[in-house]
Amino acid sequence: MIKLTNVSKEYPKRGHVLRDVTLHMKKGEFAFLTGHSGSGKSTTLRLIHMADRPTNGEVCVTGYSTDRITDRDLWKVRRRVGFVFQDFRLLPGRTALENVSFVLEVTGTASKDVVQRAQRLLAQVGLSTKAGALVHELSGGEQQRVAIARALANDPYVLLADEPTGNLDDRATRGVMDLFWDINAKGMAVLMATHDLDLVRRYPHARLFELDQGELVYDSFAAEGDHVRPT
Amino acid sequence: MYALREALNAFRRAPMLTGLSSAMVGLALFVVGLFGLATYNLQLALTTIEERVEISVHLRDDARQSEIDLAHRELEEIAEVRSVTFLSKRDALDRARAEFPDFRELFSDLEVNPLPQSLEIELVPGERNLEIVESIAATAMTYPFVEDAFYGREWVDKLFTLRRVGAATTAVLGGAFALVAALIIATALRIAIFARKEEIYVMRLVGAKKESIRRPFLLEGAMTGLIGGMIAWLLTWGTYRSVYAFLFHVAWLPPSWVMGGIGTGVVFGAIASSFAIRRYLREV
Repeated sequence: MIKLTNVSKEYPKRGHVLRDVTLHMKKGEFAFLTGHSGSGKSTTLRLIHMADRPTNGEVCVTGYSTDRITDRDLWKVRRRVGFVFQDFRLLPGRTALENVSFVLEVTGTASKDVVQRAQRLLAQVGLSTKAGALVHELSGGEQQRVAIARALANDPYVLLADEPTGNLDDRATRGVMDLFWDINAKGMAVLMATHDLDLVRRYPHARLFELDQGELVYDSFAAEGDHVRPT
Repeated sequence: MYALREALNAFRRAPMLTGLSSAMVGLALFVVGLFGLATYNLQLALTTIEERVEISVHLRDDARQSEIDLAHRELEEIAEVRSVTFLSKRDALDRARAEFPDFRELFSDLEVNPLPQSLEIELVPGERNLEIVESIAATAMTYPFVEDAFYGREWVDKLFTLRRVGAATTAVLGGAFALVAALIIATALRIAIFARKEEIYVMRLVGAKKESIRRPFLLEGAMTGLIGGMIAWLLTWGTYRSVYAFLFHVAWLPPSWVMGGIGTGVVFGAIASSFAIRRYLREV
């Protein structure tokens, strides 16, 4: 599903952000990606989403490899990988329904099906009654739910979330986490980057990757003898 | 269909921004329109003057009619010649009386008609330049019964110098105005697209194809250009009407120029949008 093989990423100004990271995630897994600020979590997610390409190594996602995919075909990966941000990145001035239906429209869903599907997605994240609300009329938790509904619009195989609870209070965080687990229970892999270790501890069954200064230093599912520390 | 709806929605969602963009495009094209109006009227004035360029071939009094007829036919066969008209001494006198009524009495008292018979050569429009005029006058002078060929050399020379200066001015000033207009339009659309970069980012994020992203913006650019073109047309028309009513008579632009101006706004709007969006398409 997701395979990073000896991946390094270097930026001209920041230097090495990731060093020789090898990581493999299977279909339907739920994993946290933790580490301090600047450890390379967001860069890892960007590489998986193919918003960036590795300096060395290979990123393979749902069968598409950074070694072979052209810029022109990146949309194919993006439709298989949903993305949720800490700051939601919803389009202001539009309703919750419009934010979701917008994705369906730009990715080619038949016009007659757009509204119905968008409503179904909002219902899935528990927001069917807020479909007509403008973004600024929603709470942080509700905005994140709209962002999740938007990320699910293409029925992706993987959901990436970059500090999705970073801007939320405890109650909203629990709601969003429950939603992620529900989504995962239906077979979708979820990889969530967070620096909140208290949150991670609440879900001991989830897989845990830890990055430190760009290196993968911990994988809770690693077997004895692997180069990362096992559980 | 989606692209058209999104392009129209952009005007609804941000009426101030799209309105300002259209107004900037309109003002930029208005300057070009004014220049076009001035150029067109100058061109018309020069063409009117040019139409009066003709060669008057004066014939000796003893020229035989058969010789004159032959010269008439041969001169008429020259490609650049539109018509040749024979003017007898009598016709010349009548014309002089008509053209100079103040000297009517002087012309009536004449015992001998001093005016020569002549062949008046009119040239094909577009062929009235100095080189051709000189060449045809020289051909006419080869007939032994021709006294002289007049075409107002100095006057024709000045006219064509004026035309060359006009053409050069049009090219340089027109080019400069068009360039300034192009930069203003490009900037206006760049600002409009910058305001929507988040939207482009989200589209790329969720897997929209580049063409699907580009299309609504191209349409929006074309619509902005169309509205700007219409604004420019209205402003230029208003200026034309005011000048016509209060200052002097001028001619309005031919429809092809007006359509060309608006069409340029549409095409340039789409091209400017296409360039402006390229940067954001590369970002994710």
